[in-house]
Amino acid sequence: MPFSRDSGHLVRPAVVLLAGLAAFLAIRSAVVPRGFGRYGHYRPAALDLIRNRPLTFAGQAQCVECHDEEAKLRAAGKHARVACEACHGPQAAHAGDFVNVKPQLPDVAKLCARCHEQDAAKPKTFPQVVTAEHSGGVVCNTCHQPHNPHL
Amino acid sequence: MTGVDGFMYPNEVELQWSLLIVIYPYVTGLVAGAFILASLERVFKVEAVRPTYRLALLTALAFLLVAPLPLQLHLGHPERSFEMYLTPHRSSAMAMFGFVYLWYLTVVLLVEIWLEYRADIVRFAQTRTGAARWIYRVLTLGSQNVSPAALKIDDKVGYIVTVIGIPSAFLLHGYVGFIFGSVKANPWWSTPLMPIVFLFSAMSSGIAAVLVLYVVSMKLRKTTIDMRCLDTIAKYLFYIFVIDFSLEMLDLVQRTYEADESFRSLDFMVHTRLWTSQVLVQIFLGTLAPLSLLAASQLWTFAEKVRRKLYVTASLLTLVGIFAMRWNVVIGGQLFSKSFLGYTTYKVQFAAREGLLPASALLILPFVLFFVLVKLLPPWQELKVSKT
Amino acid sequence: MDITRRELLTQCSKLLVLTGTAALAFERGGQAPVAGDTYQMAAHWWGMIIDIDKCIGCGNCVRACSKENGVPDGYFRTWVERYQVTEDREHPFVESPDGAINGFPPATRKDVKSFFVPKICNHCADSPCTQVCPVGATFMSPDGVVLIDPDYCLGCRYCIQACPYGCRYFHPQKEIADKCTLCYHRITKGLTTACCEACPTGARQLVDLKNPKDPVHEILRTSKVQVLKPQMATGAKVFYKNLDGAVR
Repeated sequence: MPFSRDSGHLVRPAVVLLAGLAAFLAIRSAVVPRGFGRYGHYRPAALDLIRNRPLTFAGQAQCVECHDEEAKLRAAGKHARVACEACHGPQAAHAGDFVNVKPQLPDVAKLCARCHEQDAAKPKTFPQVVTAEHSGGVVCNTCHQPHNPHL
Repeated sequence: MTGVDGFMYPNEVELQWSLLIVIYPYVTGLVAGAFILASLERVFKVEAVRPTYRLALLTALAFLLVAPLPLQLHLGHPERSFEMYLTPHRSSAMAMFGFVYLWYLTVVLLVEIWLEYRADIVRFAQTRTGAARWIYRVLTLGSQNVSPAALKIDDKVGYIVTVIGIPSAFLLHGYVGFIFGSVKANPWWSTPLMPIVFLFSAMSSGIAAVLVLYVVSMKLRKTTIDMRCLDTIAKYLFYIFVIDFSLEMLDLVQRTYEADESFRSLDFMVHTRLWTSQVLVQIFLGTLAPLSLLAASQLWTFAEKVRRKLYVTASLLTLVGIFAMRWNVVIGGQLFSKSFLGYTTYKVQFAAREGLLPASALLILPFVLFFVLVKLLPPWQELKVSKT
Repeated sequence: MDITRRELLTQCSKLLVLTGTAALAFERGGQAPVAGDTYQMAAHWWGMIIDIDKCIGCGNCVRACSKENGVPDGYFRTWVERYQVTEDREHPFVESPDGAINGFPPATRKDVKSFFVPKICNHCADSPCTQVCPVGATFMSPDGVVLIDPDYCLGCRYCIQACPYGCRYFHPQKEIADKCTLCYHRITKGLTTACCEACPTGARQLVDLKNPKDPVHEILRTSKVQVLKPQMATGAKVFYKNLDGAVR
């Protein structure tokens, strides 16, 4: 189509569209997050953001640093592979400030039953009892030492 | 768990995509369908539907402007939606949305409407007064050249834009079908037929919408309806709806025949949770009923008044049926567990963010916009400057 | 009266300045890496081994994860299912009361094979969830962990739809997609995940496939190992030992 006076008006929407495109590209270059795409299609800052989350569980290596007596007791028994916080709950706060933050002792009856209450779906080799028949309502740590429970 | 039958993975119980996500494909479908009807005249020279050409374009625009709204309302962080333009993830069909939408809105629809209405816009810029005059002056984009030669060039360029517009319309709605069809995790959605089914149902609903709007507009203006135009639109609606129905039945039949691991679970879902919306509303009320009415009009001759009523009824039923189809795809796909062992329920709230109230408002809004557009850019033939 | 070229250009540049200013209000990220950071992403490729024969369904993992990661009530980054399978393997009885956050009530069915199955994000090497994210808010880190950028996620929930395992959920307060991060904040400090830490039987073990001394290599070489939904070809990196075929 030859460019003539009669097609001159077509330039106008073209200009509007191109101006819009230019504006978009300008904004885009200013606003795209820094480093986006460095490792993949995402913001690398996200990795740092996620990594900086504070700990809630300390991890048993930390517990054992101070509580080596209990650790030794445990290592000799059936609970050798049970981490400290599996029963004692998250203790990162206590590990960070053991003077002011004291852990609460778990409710023994509920705690032991969660693992050791009889259930058909549990592996047959796993020690499990029907607590009503086993102890008649007496709390578990009357007879069993939790860190080394085998009698 | 309330509302759950059987077993579901714990995070599956709550539906993620709600009524608003049913509305979005419905609205973009209407856009694509209306545009295809407009292109019937412009590109395929079906002269009979010329009276609805401008109407169809305005219908498409009205719905297109509303289309992003249900999505924005649904997003957890709508203020971040611009990220789709900044860092679109090329492997995601959804990332296409921003660009396809913008392309279709600007390069296709707005340019085509501008070219079609330019003569009228210039005239209004010269004859109207007050604030309206300024609006029209801006719309002229500074050019007042409406000589026959210029208008002829407009016609040619408009033709090219429509030709580009047809695959663009297919893309605008087809990608929505692909968004669902490409999710391998969901057997109700995952099928290569999905984009095609979406497209044909979109065309059916779009054509039906223009038919209804044309009849209503003519009635409101107390003008005679061009029956040749209406008959032709109804004929195309019939053909396209037949194809759509065949595709959906093909999907159903093949699924039932192959009976893969998901089949029993999905079959149970259709017979229970989805019975009303899929079988009663979508298939019987929304597809078989309008198809019967349209088939009757093709097979036998009826008086003009009867035909009109037939077409409008069939179109309204079609609009309901296609909405039900979107509902059944989106909601149906989330009612069953991916473990194939359970089902959940979807309760639409009323005044919540994704409830019935905002949904209804979003469905009414395009008609309000359409009314405004019709006032701004009257589609009526008698006002048109005659083209060479 | 025609609009002159000058007027047009003036209007366009005003538009540009306005939109530019508005858009600059968007957040921009970019923190410098922490000084003294010795963790090398390229040296690790994280996964997990879950041994079905060891799981006792105590729910410790679910509780620990919830506490460590602030998981909202009613949503689960990890959960445990109990299967009771009869000879009709097409219809197992499966339950997961509250994701097993309080363990399970006693199993009552007779003549069934029953066992527990802990579930978690599989951190798929070919993850369908990262494929569908429209903006790059969810991604796989260079060390093999699928993560979500909480400051970038739009909350469109496409990733939640795309996960075949149901491991993602929509965070009700943050209004973003959320899921297991494999305790990325712990494993990059040499600790194990909260769920593995709390598991009393060692049914769950974090593994590093790039570490030649990791026990995972021996397990993969000698034991019968499965992944969930292998037909989906997701490249799942959570390997199950002794998993029954009836598990979905």
